[in-house]
Amino acid sequence: MNGWTHHLIIAPILIPLLAAALLLFIDERQRVAKAMVSLAAAIILCFVSIVLFEIESGPNAFEGVYLLGNWSAPFGIVLVLDGLSALMLLLTSVIGVAALVYSLARWHAVGAHFHTMFQLLLMGVNGAFLTGDLFNLFVFFEVMLAASYGLLLHGSGPLRVKAGMHYIAVNLAAALLFLIGVSLIYGTAGTLNMADLAARIPQIEPDRRMLMEAGAGVLGIAFLIKAGMWPLCFWLPTAYSAASAPVAGVFAILSKLGIYVILRLTMLLFSDGPSAGFGSTFLLYGGIATLIFGTIGVLASQALGRLAGFSVLVSSGTLLMVLGISDGAVSSGALLYLVSSTLTISAFFMLIELVERGQDAGANVLAVTMEAYGDADEYEPEEGDGVTMPGTMAILGTCFAACAILLSGLPPLSGFIAKFAMLSAMMGTGAIGVPPTAAIWTLVILVILSGVAALISMTRAGIRTFWTSIEGTVPRVLVIEIVPVMFLLALTLALTVQAGPAMQYMDTTIRTLANPKLYIDAVRNAAVIPGVEFDTGKEGH
Amino acid sequence: MEIILSIAIGVMTSCGVWLILRPRTYQVIIGLSLLSYAVNLFIFGVGGVKTNVPPILTDGVSTSSLADPVPQALVLTAIVIGFATTALFLVVLLASRGLTGTDHVDGRSDPK
Repeated sequence: MNGWTHHLIIAPILIPLLAAALLLFIDERQRVAKAMVSLAAAIILCFVSIVLFEIESGPNAFEGVYLLGNWSAPFGIVLVLDGLSALMLLLTSVIGVAALVYSLARWHAVGAHFHTMFQLLLMGVNGAFLTGDLFNLFVFFEVMLAASYGLLLHGSGPLRVKAGMHYIAVNLAAALLFLIGVSLIYGTAGTLNMADLAARIPQIEPDRRMLMEAGAGVLGIAFLIKAGMWPLCFWLPTAYSAASAPVAGVFAILSKLGIYVILRLTMLLFSDGPSAGFGSTFLLYGGIATLIFGTIGVLASQALGRLAGFSVLVSSGTLLMVLGISDGAVSSGALLYLVSSTLTISAFFMLIELVERGQDAGANVLAVTMEAYGDADEYEPEEGDGVTMPGTMAILGTCFAACAILLSGLPPLSGFIAKFAMLSAMMGTGAIGVPPTAAIWTLVILVILSGVAALISMTRAGIRTFWTSIEGTVPRVLVIEIVPVMFLLALTLALTVQAGPAMQYMDTTIRTLANPKLYIDAVRNAAVIPGVEFDTGKEGH
Repeated sequence: MEIILSIAIGVMTSCGVWLILRPRTYQVIIGLSLLSYAVNLFIFGVGGVKTNVPPILTDGVSTSSLADPVPQALVLTAIVIGFATTALFLVVLLASRGLTGTDHVDGRSDPK
């Protein structure tokens, strides 16, 4: 990675930022112009992410370190591109394009500045994936959160404002915890550069170590709130189900951002030395609790939006639990699961709105009542029209079935492969290499039970929506609304077909992460570009 | 000096925590503001409490006698971001008041 491609590392931050700034100059009434600018930026971003991903998955993949302002590593802020961040960038930009195309049908027009906030959200998320500095991570987190506050309120209405208020209050408190954690770490380790921190943490004196670990713990809580670990997750299903469909679709990546940071920091900072394995027990039990809570929530949900919200929790819980095991082979399965479940949940959130468009508010409640008391005047199908099913319903039904298969982890699609990779590694074919203990059996059973719960709940919802629909009206669905959903689901199919190379990529990524020395050396040895060094200030100006 | 600073941070944090657990939106926002003041002071204190030492590097001055500039830069950023998000929360709070007609955080009036 040299020459101009090196500068591509900063492009995922600059493209959305410039697009957002440009969009502010275009009048709100020129919807087509705004949509075109935003869409063009998202597509360019997608191409850049693909190029970066290609570079990272190539044979000579190494950490691309970008020194902002050409300052050498611990003094300036660095952007670091490695396998994990390239993967997350690609996932973000793909979901971004899909959600943006979906929103162009109607949602982008129901409030002001949708596209600007959307681009700023992408910028914040991309920046958080790329940065190699803890405080810079805070800044990008805040950019992302500020944009997400606006997007959650997009479309207004009492329900969104109420959910938005809770969401903002929770996240403001989380941001304060983030700051406390960061300052405790700075106070004890004396640096905020992640690579420098990783090198210094094993050498911290024992009397300061407690304080440093407390800081890391407080910092972790801030990310766990974002990831939705029980008992920090009660805001999540409400907020996600209240958001408009494309916003909820792109929010699916936000909870994975919390998981990403936890994965990155635990593997980088606490892989060896006296603090090795810090927090992994906490993650394990927290993940188990989240998984159980999410599973119960999935079973209890009547509305589809809440069902999807609790599916986010199930996915987070599974990932946190697996990160708590902190075993290489299990973690690479978990990365595949992360990609697969993010695509699924994003597609599911967007699909829900299309499916529910054909129904009245409260139709679900009515359906439950009718199940219980029976229908007085049964509709008798006339001869010959028993099997006609409108094409729209067929496509929606197929997509819904695909989501059900993915969420429950049944064979044909990538949900199965990902869960299989995790479970088989847990059962002892992985690096653990010992027969599964009772504890491992418990975890395996929990993951399978969560899949069963998703299957039961999705089947129940599917039957109610597609087979015993009361009005029988067909929702009016535009092509540009259903195509993004189908695109995301097709990606999970591609992930199934290409499971071998995908698993290989995840394995390489986890192995690179498990050796923090690579990351530390890459950042420390990143050379400034000669000839354009800044004046070091010796002349005094 | 350290005692006064830590007492100030502690008092503001406890008041802030108490206030954000209250059911009125106005109390929540004041609580969040108090908490952010406490956190800002905390960040400032992390660099070590020194009086009358500027963080300016000049020739012939040992770095140990200087104030640490990093927490000062961090606290500036934190103040700006905290101010912006509090202002945004205030708008949402007013919108909620307008839509529901009450200042309860769940948008419902108290049981009489």
